[in-house]
Amino acid sequence: MVPISYYLILSAVLFGLGVVGFVFKRNIITIFMAIELMLNAVNLAFVAFSREFNQLDGLIFVFFVIVVAAAEAAVGLAIVMVIARNRKSLNVEDVNLMKF
Amino acid sequence: MFPPLQDLYRIAPELVLCAFGMLVMLIDPFVPATRKRSMGWLAFAGTLVALASLRWAALNQGSAYSGLFRVDMFSLFVHAIVIGVSALAILGSFDYLDRENIQRGEYYALILFATAGMGILAGSTELITAFVGLEMSSISTYILVGFRRTVLKSNESSLKYFLLGSFATAFFLYGIALTYGATRSTRFDVVNQAIAAHGAGPLLILGLGLIFVGLGFKVVAAPFQIYTPDVYEGAPTPVTAILACGPKAAAFAVMLRIFYSAFGSASHVWFWAIWVSAILTMCIGNFAALVQTNVKRLLAYSSIAHAGYILVAFAAASEIGVAAVLFYLAAYAAMTLGAFLIVAHVGGTNEQRLNIEDYAGLGTKHPWIAACFALFLFSLLGLPATGGFLGKLYAFQSALDQRIVWLVVIAAVNSVIGAYYYLKVVVAMYFHESNKEWAPMPMRAPMFVVLLLTAIATIYFGVLPNRLMELAIASARSLR
Repeated sequence: MVPISYYLILSAVLFGLGVVGFVFKRNIITIFMAIELMLNAVNLAFVAFSREFNQLDGLIFVFFVIVVAAAEAAVGLAIVMVIARNRKSLNVEDVNLMKF
Repeated sequence: MFPPLQDLYRIAPELVLCAFGMLVMLIDPFVPATRKRSMGWLAFAGTLVALASLRWAALNQGSAYSGLFRVDMFSLFVHAIVIGVSALAILGSFDYLDRENIQRGEYYALILFATAGMGILAGSTELITAFVGLEMSSISTYILVGFRRTVLKSNESSLKYFLLGSFATAFFLYGIALTYGATRSTRFDVVNQAIAAHGAGPLLILGLGLIFVGLGFKVVAAPFQIYTPDVYEGAPTPVTAILACGPKAAAFAVMLRIFYSAFGSASHVWFWAIWVSAILTMCIGNFAALVQTNVKRLLAYSSIAHAGYILVAFAAASEIGVAAVLFYLAAYAAMTLGAFLIVAHVGGTNEQRLNIEDYAGLGTKHPWIAACFALFLFSLLGLPATGGFLGKLYAFQSALDQRIVWLVVIAAVNSVIGAYYYLKVVVAMYFHESNKEWAPMPMRAPMFVVLLLTAIATIYFGVLPNRLMELAIASARSLR
């Protein structure tokens, strides 16, 4: 049996890659995919813990995460569509009317 | 297995809000474009029924759905704040939506769904339930922020809010996963028992830190506040009013529950995080507000500063501290809602009048509006006889009781700095000559009622705070 630490390390690496992608990528769709990657890293951690504890809880949480991620994707892509239509660009650096 | 009927009574407010939200969505296509305002009235009726159903929930206090959700004084108190905020914001949106030509049924339905999410957040006693509530309110507000679809600023706000919001949510979820891994449960009481029995290991501390990132984003605690001014500036102003009050109150509520009930035994771990965050939040909010020329942005920074004051009471980690947080949230909701709705009203078509110099002469041309705005600003500043003053007083007092002296000193200095930018607006309204013509600003009954109610609440909380404070203390007791 593969020890749980392998899964957790993989999950942490995936999450880290998501964070890096979010921070450094300039295309809105890519940033969006980075967020999805982070959510899936969390799912992996849930499933790993669930198997380790022999509980069903973690598996059920994964369903909630998937449903919420789908809802978020629906809204997020609609927002991206509006941006693309109004600006003809998907680069976040062009979306800069207001300064941080 | 069907849940007992009593559980349905306990989530009655959420059920009512969702039912009315769906009703609005279903009826909306059959309503002609000129009469969409009736959808707003339907949604308003929904919030009133939800407020009434709080009574029903109050008669059935206790845990519901095998410990996922809990109705106690604490959750009822926060429910009353978030539903009240939404009800008043719906009334305050009518004229704004007409002016911007975006009068649509979905707007009101989304407010109701967001409110239901905040309610779930306030009552959740389990991390995944909290996550679902958080997302219900977030996803609805992402859409609301971008509701002016043709306005580039609104698009931009929506995108920033969505991207950073989802980013923060992912951290929150990872925190939940690690907590689950460390304690084998996501229920607050079980997590607390596990910590009490085995202490807080590195996995759990990391999990708590990640949860703080996710919630810090919602309550706009530094260093997770960077999105706030941009999102608040670009969102339709009534939506900004909701954002500044509702989700913040709900997120503070769930943060109190998580930190006090679930991680109460590890308070030495999170105390310093809150301490540092409180100082950063206050300083960033106040110093950045000093240089703002846009009133909406100024109020956005002021809302960051106020999150910092609330964190001061949070750091006290005592019963009085919790009561002070709740009192502050109620007083803050009244004054902030009023202030933002006045900004919406004065802004006019396409939000033209947003700069401080645009407010010059408001005091002579529209004395009542100016008087109300001055009242809200004084309350935000914390002058005696207003809700904001007592909110700060209780917050600082509760921290002093726990001997957190330096934090209170810095908070007091900060509230003095705050005086500068609030008074700048007041001075502009009363002592500067207007360089633009003031068009008449007819105020219709709904807006008038909202301003009247928020103004009365602001003064009432400041002059006769006992009733509210008793409720807040009773709520704080029920949290333990």
